[in-house]
Order: sequence, then structure tokens, then C-alpha cells
Amino acid sequence: MYKRIFVISLIGLFFIGSAGMAATTPELGRTLLESELTPLDTAILPNGQGLPRGSGSAVLGKPLYAVHCVSCHGVAGKNGLHDQLAGGVGSISGPQPVMTLGSYWPYATTVFDYVRRAMPYHFPGSLSDDQVYAITAYLLFLNGIVDESMVVNESSLPLVKMPNKENFFWQSFDQDMGP
Amino acid sequence: MSKQQTDSMAAADNGLLHRRFFLKAGALAGTALLTAQSSAENRPTWMKAPGKGMSEAGVPSRYENHVKRLPVSRPGTTGSGASRSPLEHLEGIITPSRLHFERHHSGIPEIDPEQHRLAVFGEVQRPLSFSAAGLCRYPLVSSIQFLECSGNSGALIAPSPVDASCSVLHGLVSGSEWSGVPLALLLEEAGVKPSGKWLIASGADAAGMSRSIPLSKIYDDAIVALYQNGERLRPGNGYPMRLFLPGWEGNASVKWLKTLQVTDQPAMTKDETSKYSDRGEDGRAELFTFEMGVKSLITSPSPGLDLAAKGLYQISGIAWSGAGRIKRVEVSTDAGRTWAEAHLDAEPMPKSLSRFRAAWRWQGAPAVLLSRATDEAGQVQPTRAVVMQGRAPGSFYHYNGIQAWQVDASGAVRNVYV
Repeated sequence: MYKRIFVISLIGLFFIGSAGMAATTPELGRTLLESELTPLDTAILPNGQGLPRGSGSAVLGKPLYAVHCVSCHGVAGKNGLHDQLAGGVGSISGPQPVMTLGSYWPYATTVFDYVRRAMPYHFPGSLSDDQVYAITAYLLFLNGIVDESMVVNESSLPLVKMPNKENFFWQSFDQDMGP
Repeated sequence: MSKQQTDSMAAADNGLLHRRFFLKAGALAGTALLTAQSSAENRPTWMKAPGKGMSEAGVPSRYENHVKRLPVSRPGTTGSGASRSPLEHLEGIITPSRLHFERHHSGIPEIDPEQHRLAVFGEVQRPLSFSAAGLCRYPLVSSIQFLECSGNSGALIAPSPVDASCSVLHGLVSGSEWSGVPLALLLEEAGVKPSGKWLIASGADAAGMSRSIPLSKIYDDAIVALYQNGERLRPGNGYPMRLFLPGWEGNASVKWLKTLQVTDQPAMTKDETSKYSDRGEDGRAELFTFEMGVKSLITSPSPGLDLAAKGLYQISGIAWSGAGRIKRVEVSTDAGRTWAEAHLDAEPMPKSLSRFRAAWRWQGAPAVLLSRATDEAGQVQPTRAVVMQGRAPGSFYHYNGIQAWQVDASGAVRNVYV
């Protein structure tokens, strides 16, 4: 009996102790300076948060696509060796789904984020933000989502409505939030 | 043990024996060991002279060179694709690190740990930067857990069964002991603001692969993994550090972890929208279906491991669930007409592979082998027909249907649908 009381008090002391101490970890995180983050490190959200300044249109994007993208993705985003980027509208629930920006992708901001992040495949990071905006505009134009002359920039891109967006849904993860 | 004795241990039809059959048999077998003499001239070559010297790191026997991964990369690339684990040649629940499956989106970066930093920022009080050496000083936790690509077993949606091996069909799952820092500790240091709901994780590969993770998972059991099976992560699995989200689809456990940005919403990255989303036949698509379903798989016998002659065999396989522990695995050798409970090697661990075994006397007639897992949440592994219900054509992620292996009269094994 006394032993049990002793053990319980020890446990109590441990928790009181740990609550009172500042550091329960080595605290080896060093303050991160704003200047240490590259533009790529910041996620681009569907509301446009994280988009850099810059702009481009499909007219400007077409020749860039011909240089940097066509060898993998084909003329006008079709019949390439890799992912088809245009067309396929209405095919998603049919027997031969073709998942493209126009037929499937829910957010236009994703196009900018991914092209800047990972493309061109062999030289990621080699395009300027203006060039990425222009290629984004051209890909949206190929899918009939924007017209050829529309200026795509940090303000207009988040407003572009993707045709298949309404078909996406997800469960809420809001329960049990927080330690 | 005589055949008469074994027949008394029948657990289901078509030769399936009680799950404790091999345990009982072992007790009798011990008395019959041979003590044959070996004269000097009868020594095998490797006993006639001292063997090779020691080495700093071991390699498998050269007679095991056939046990290897199957890397397949997209055309024009060498590092955008997957290497599948040779499941049918492995036992237990730990996949050797050199054979752990890999899935890359732009090759394997060769990262200098001295130059690599993990940045934690966004909706936090104190943006922080961590080095790998620093993280190694934190209190680490270790767990034996599975990692499965959500595209694993995707070939099983094909209208007719693909004639392929167990590893080609299902090799995007592996098991390891993962050791790392609970990510909640790092977020605690950074101080998440009330607005923080999601974490955007990105990697230091050429694709800057990125995924959005709800913070509830981070506080539950996410770690920044530094070690795999006792050694530092290998480059193909994220050296010097990776996110590890137990039980969740592999793609979300971002390798070569470089940034963790706390946000109030998901980033809707390319992978989590255009790729790892589940399409229904109604045209709707579900995002963020992270948890891997309850699943099992007979790894032996399986295609390529054909039965040589009728007789006693051990059916061996793996079972796992993203919801927690495996509670039970049942096995059938008559296409699901009758089932017997399989033996589980050890007390199942949560979100880990569990090895199951069953004794089977194959009488030489055609048979269809199935396994069916149940997890501690009460979920039962579904049939292929149930998994396919409501799926759009080509929607292949999160396939966890019961696998059927047909054994024909010659002992050859192949993938079939039942």
C-alpha cells in the first residue's frame, strides 16, 4: 500500500517536473531566416497565396512549349511520350479516361506550381517565373479554359475556374486537431 | 507425423490443416536427427580450406542473386518509376533495406547531409531550421511498420487477370523498422498558430515532390525518419531524412524531406490532385484518401514458385492494415468455399506487416488459394468484386481485394479472378 502511494507520487512529481521545465527536447531548431527560403520552398495554395509576381500569356507560352515541353508532351499537349495535357473532356467516367488539365485537374494554381517545381523534366528550375506563367497560360489555352491573349499572373490565375473542379471532394480532417 | 494423424488436424476442405499443425509436428521431428559421419575426403570444397576474409558490409550469397527488385522507369528516364520488392522470395515481416520498394518521380538525389536543412515555417510562431545531425540528437522512436504505395496491386483492376508474379502485381509494399523524431516535437518547438490545419511537405529531389498532410495525422504518429532497419536511410528511401506516416499511402511519406510549411488549407499539389485521387464511376473524385485498407497476400505458393509434387506445403503470406493491427487471417484452398484460420507468427503490431502461415497437404488436384485479413477495427478484406464496385475504369489506387492464386494439376500457379 505504502509502496503504491510512493510510486503514484513519483509519477506525479515527474509530470509536475516536466510541465515546469521549458525544454523537453534538445531544442536544436535554429531560427529560420526569411532569406533562407527559396521561392520553391513556399507552397502555392489554390487561393493564390505563394504565387510570385510575374505574368505570361498563351501567345508567349506557345514558343516556350515548343522548346521545353513538346518532346515529351506532344504537339498541343497530345500524343506525346508522357502525360497528355489537353483534351479528354468528358472521358473521365467513360471506358477510356484521359486525364488532362481540362478534363480532370481541379485547380489552375497547381499547373504553375508543378511546372515551376518539376519541369522541364531534365532541367527543373531553368524557367523564369514569367516563362512558367506563359506556359501555364498556353496549357490552359490548349484546354479551352482561357483565351490566347489572357494575361495570367498572380491575381488572375487563382480566379481561373477549372472545368472538372466540382467533381472533387474530400473528407474533413478537422477532428482531433491539435496535441 | 503419419498421414492419418495429419488428417485428424483438418481445418477446412481440400487439404488445409489446423493452424498449429507445424508447431505440433516440430515437437515430434526433433527425435529423428541423423548423426552421419563425414570423412576428410568427402568434405565439400568450402570445407577444405579457410573461407574468405571478413568485410565491412555484407552482401547476400551469390546463389541468391535472383532475389532482386524489378525497376521499371518511364520511357526516356532512369529514375521516374518504381522498383518492386521481390515478395515471393522474402520471409518474415522485415524487408531488407536493399530490397525495399521504391517509387521516384525524378530520380534519387545524392544529398550531402551537411548541406541539407529541414525548414519548418508558415503558420508557426518560430520558423525553424534543422540539420540532420541535430535531429539525430532528439529522442527517437522506433516502430516496425509497413509502407505501401497506393498504386500497389493496381494491375488487379484489369478486366482479365494479368499473368504476372506476386512481386510484379503487389511488390509496392515493404516492411521496415523506422526510427525517427516524432514530428509533433518539432512542431511544438515551432509553435503552431491556431490557424494551422495542414502541413505541406516537400522533398529535395529534382521534382520537389510535395504533398499536403492534415495536422491531425502529424500529432497522431508522424515521424521524421532518419534510420531504416538500424542504419541511416538509404538514398532511395529518402537519405538523410524522410517523412514517415504510418499506415498511409506511401506517396505522402515525402522522401528527402526539405520543407514543412504549416498552412490553413491543402496546397492541392499535382500528385495529390491529378494522380493520387480515387475516381468513381459517377465521375466524382475523392482526394486525400490516405489510409491503406486491410489487405493480405499469399507470397508462397505464388506464380513462379510452382509446386513440384503433391505433399505437405506451408502457405506463407503477409497481412497489414493502415487502421492498426491485424486481428486474423483466414486461408482457403478451394476458392473460398471453406476457410481455415491461419497461424500468425507473432503478436501483430499496429500498421505493420504480419506474417501468416497455414499447413496444406496438396493432393495434386487443381486448387485456388485465397487469404482474407481482418483488422482490429473489424474491417474485413473485401473481394475483388466489392473493391471494383463504383470505380471508374482505370481508377487503380487503393486496391486491397482478396488475391486468388490458381494451382493447376501440374502444380503451376497463376493469378486468377474468382
